[in-house]
Amino acid sequence: MNLQPEDWNALWITLKLAATSTIILIVLGTPLAWWLSQTRFRGKFLLEAIVALPLVLPPTVLGFYLLVALGPSGPVGGFIKAIGGQPPVFSFEGLIIGSVIYSMPFVVQPLQDAFKAIGTRPLEVAATLRATPWDRFWFVAVPLARSGFVTAAVLGFAHTLGEFGVVLMIGGNIPGETQVVSIAIYDHVESLAYTKAHWVAGTLLVISFLLLVAVYAGNRKFRVWKP
Amino acid sequence: MSIEAHIQVERGTFKLNARLELPASGVTAVFGPSGSGKTTLLRALAGLDPCPGSRVIVNGTSWQTTTESLATHERSIGLVFQEPSLFEHLTVQANLDFGRQRISKSAQTIPLDHSIELLEISPLLNRYPHQLSVGEQQRVAIARALVVCPEWLLLDEPLAAMDVARKREILPYLETLCRESDLPILYVSHSREEVARLADHLVVLNEGKVIANGPAIEIFSNLDLPLASEPDSASIIETTVAGHDNTYGLTLLDFAGGQFQVTHHDLPVDTPVRLRVQANDVSLTLERPTQTSILNVFKAEVVEMAEAGPTHVLVKLAISSNSDSGPTLLARITRKSAEQLALQPGHAVYAQIKSAALLN
Repeated sequence: MNLQPEDWNALWITLKLAATSTIILIVLGTPLAWWLSQTRFRGKFLLEAIVALPLVLPPTVLGFYLLVALGPSGPVGGFIKAIGGQPPVFSFEGLIIGSVIYSMPFVVQPLQDAFKAIGTRPLEVAATLRATPWDRFWFVAVPLARSGFVTAAVLGFAHTLGEFGVVLMIGGNIPGETQVVSIAIYDHVESLAYTKAHWVAGTLLVISFLLLVAVYAGNRKFRVWKP
Repeated sequence: MSIEAHIQVERGTFKLNARLELPASGVTAVFGPSGSGKTTLLRALAGLDPCPGSRVIVNGTSWQTTTESLATHERSIGLVFQEPSLFEHLTVQANLDFGRQRISKSAQTIPLDHSIELLEISPLLNRYPHQLSVGEQQRVAIARALVVCPEWLLLDEPLAAMDVARKREILPYLETLCRESDLPILYVSHSREEVARLADHLVVLNEGKVIANGPAIEIFSNLDLPLASEPDSASIIETTVAGHDNTYGLTLLDFAGGQFQVTHHDLPVDTPVRLRVQANDVSLTLERPTQTSILNVFKAEVVEMAEAGPTHVLVKLAISSNSDSGPTLLARITRKSAEQLALQPGHAVYAQIKSAALLN
């Protein structure tokens, strides 16, 4: 393979970032999506709008505000600094925070739709079969929304893989620490190293494709109850 | 032991205000046209929809008072919805186990196998719901509601979503269930036939109000109620199989006012059978007809008469019998005939019954 060590590094960071963000997104997004799908709270649309905001904002705008907020003189970064921590800008942690916010709608919306699609009936049936609300969520809603979870994880992962603007703003371009594949490719192209760019881009393309094939094939196999 | 409820629900312009006192055994049918509040009533009893101000007491336990209300999963109910609503991600066995695992061992008074046998679903246990016919799914749903050993079984039009063939498939199971279990059953339906076959007790709802509440057979022939006044009104007569006439292929059915002869049914002697006699199939004569092709002729007394549309009259008859209250029969005859015979309450007549349908 004609990949440079720093390209391998970028690839590794990208995959690590995507996987970590996806896990965090599922953990945070599931209760949020469940609540949004069940609540009759009137102010729900406000929260939905906030979750959807990264869909319309240019990534640089989001990245810029995150940089300001998380930086040493920003509200969040300043607080972390005051209690003796390291403000999470230009670090892998900063990338994760940025990715989670940036990819949130791609996880919450499919989950919310999947929970909504279950309808109230299976949950009512479960209640008549003595299932507590927590029981109903865990043993009825989650299994029935299974394909929603797959979609949410795939979209969250894929969207984080392709991230560029937010990462550049908040993480900078530190090889081996915050340099992700998309930025590495950009660097290669900037320096007219098209062959290198081809190798990195091609590797990412193949990995992404294989991943999707595996997920969709597996999802089909497991969906025994939907002929 | 009994069930007492006062349910009040308001949804926009619709108001349900129903007071019920029901026996804690047997089948109580809640009957009424669509929009009369049957399902609303059932959902309120199950705790699925909030209904502040209502009261539900089942066998001495308060399910709901004006201040407190048990959540659905805390009420000892079994509920069968109109659609089978099985959990699609679980096998039939796992569907049955779902509720079963959530009740304590000491509360498992009905053996799991008993319900599986009753509904004949043992060949289906390892299948997924989508591999079953709708009828099979509904049988599983009924078994699933039974195995949580509820104190009260609620059935919300369990046959309404089925075609005629499916209904025929499931009704016998429901009949067996109703006959064999000591469980009080609330059966919501707008089908006259299902109610006639299954109900011991009847609650008639109309526009959110209870307009009748009592033994099913009495209510069926009460002329003041919509059940009797519709064109296909009928009366129900409880009989038992007395024997068979093999020469003519007839079955003999004893009842309080005599004996019915109907076409042969393969039933053992002493089987209880409900007969439904359409009011249109009953004609009246003043003298005992001697030369007639009609097999079933009974002496009766006119109890009450009511107009049924511009041309017809509905006559309520008591078939003469040794007991005080003979079985009731409805006859729908033309107004012209009624005037020619000068029918009045108290008059003796002979009722000729052209046909009677067995309900089981």
